Amino acid sequence: MTAPSALASLLFRKPGLLTFALLAPPIFWLVVVYLGSLFALMLQSFYALDDFSGLILHEFTLATYAHLFDEANIQIILRTLIMAAVVTVASAIIAFPIAYYAARFARGKMKALFYLAVMMPLWSSYLVKIYAWKLILAKEGIVSWVANLLHGQWLIDALLSIPSIGGSSLSFSYIGTFLVFVYIWLPYMILPIQTSLERVPYSLIEASTDLGATPAQTFRNIIFPLAFPGVVAGSIFTFSLTLGDYIVPQIVGNSRLMIGQAVYTFQGTSGDIPLAAAFTVVAMFIMGTYLTVAKRLGAFDAL
Amino acid sequence: MHSEAKWPLKLAATAGLLFLHIPLGLIILYAFTTEEKSYQFPPPGLTTQWFAKAWFDRPDIWPPLYLSLEVALISTLLAMILGTCAAAALSRARFYGRNSLSLLFVLPIALPGIITGMALRSAFDIMSIAFSTWTIILGHTTFCMVVVYNNVLARFRRTSGEMVEASMDLGATGTQTFIYVVLPQIASALLAGGMLAFALSFDEVIVTTFTAGQQTTLPIWIYGELRHPTIRPITNVVAIFVIAVTFVPILFAYYFTRESES
Repeated sequence: MTAPSALASLLFRKPGLLTFALLAPPIFWLVVVYLGSLFALMLQSFYALDDFSGLILHEFTLATYAHLFDEANIQIILRTLIMAAVVTVASAIIAFPIAYYAARFARGKMKALFYLAVMMPLWSSYLVKIYAWKLILAKEGIVSWVANLLHGQWLIDALLSIPSIGGSSLSFSYIGTFLVFVYIWLPYMILPIQTSLERVPYSLIEASTDLGATPAQTFRNIIFPLAFPGVVAGSIFTFSLTLGDYIVPQIVGNSRLMIGQAVYTFQGTSGDIPLAAAFTVVAMFIMGTYLTVAKRLGAFDAL
Repeated sequence: MHSEAKWPLKLAATAGLLFLHIPLGLIILYAFTTEEKSYQFPPPGLTTQWFAKAWFDRPDIWPPLYLSLEVALISTLLAMILGTCAAAALSRARFYGRNSLSLLFVLPIALPGIITGMALRSAFDIMSIAFSTWTIILGHTTFCMVVVYNNVLARFRRTSGEMVEASMDLGATGTQTFIYVVLPQIASALLAGGMLAFALSFDEVIVTTFTAGQQTTLPIWIYGELRHPTIRPITNVVAIFVIAVTFVPILFAYYFTRESES
């Protein structure tokens, strides 16, 4: 018996050893590269930037975390949380009819078509999708063209004049940022809702109808509560992706920062890696809390 | 149940789907516009000149394209090896800590990209690692691995281990068993996972900006053009190219996994 085949039989006879040999490389990678980096991230957040030299002081301090409570930084965190929440609610409202139709009415070819129609935008290039909205929302773009056609320019002007969410044009306002977020994360909301709607047993709906419930009552008391974990599962994606994004608000939005942009700016131009790391830890903390709540609401069973 | 949907539902579903698809159509339309300084709609005229111009007159597009291809190829290859190992081990074995390991394997995709990016950036800074092609690959392999792992794991769960036992009982070596028994069983899932990983890596920008330093991948080039536009229709031509490069593997992946399930 040659050495390699002896090794193979040994591994085969001792499955524990085989499992270990298979697991070692990927675990090594994830522990060293991924968890190691996350550890480095925590470490960095306890360092601080020296104001005079502009260098990072590699000493344990809470100064960087204290910095997070500056008025401007609190604003950044709150702004991001509000945006993530509003985007999540809007995505759920737009996604539900699509998922409902696909789950309960589409059959055969129509069903496959629906599936592809949701999957294609999900997988198409992230940057290209953002770029598309820059074209759409530009002052000379299609939205203004349609508005002029329908004599509705006043409506856009009225929206843009709303303080804090408005701006000089749609592509430089929070309304624009919000639209792009909803657009790019929408498929992530549709798919889990559709899955949970498909799992609602038809017998329950029949029973409800037989017992004299109106369609609206059946929807409110039977279908929606059973599909709700799917909505929560989808919200994990829309919330988390909005929370960490820095490219969308940079391309379509105004100059006030969100968490992702703060991280990007601090680690880049200002070289303040500790503060960028502390902001990232805040995002991790928020996501951790969100996931705990989502788990309680049964979202993980709907994935 | 087999009643027809009511019109408000139909309307809402149709409007939602249109909302998902019109923007991508516009990207294609704007690649043919004659207007290069603004996003005027409707385009004042149509032309195909930008495709030739992008190909011949823009040497700045090629190096980012090559870098993106290089990163995507190497990351995908590494991810296919590591992801398959992980899936093979976790699909059958039962041991203490298995559930936490499963969680660890999906973490890089479950957490927002900015966390992975900033974590790597922090680590490179602490260890004084200079940015290079390999720092980009390090980040990409981490999330590509998850995609391959998920696809191959699903396949392993649907195949039984008896074939492997039979092969070994009949005297095949480990290598023979792997090539003739295991590989054919997982091949299409592995290929599908690899294709998705490639598409993911080729298009990735959030993690990449933190691990690239001064290097420019194709998505970073596009990001630059979005912030400081030069000749706008050229960006659209590159965008169409990116859509094509990511779409083809995804359609293949869809086809591979569908065929084997029916």
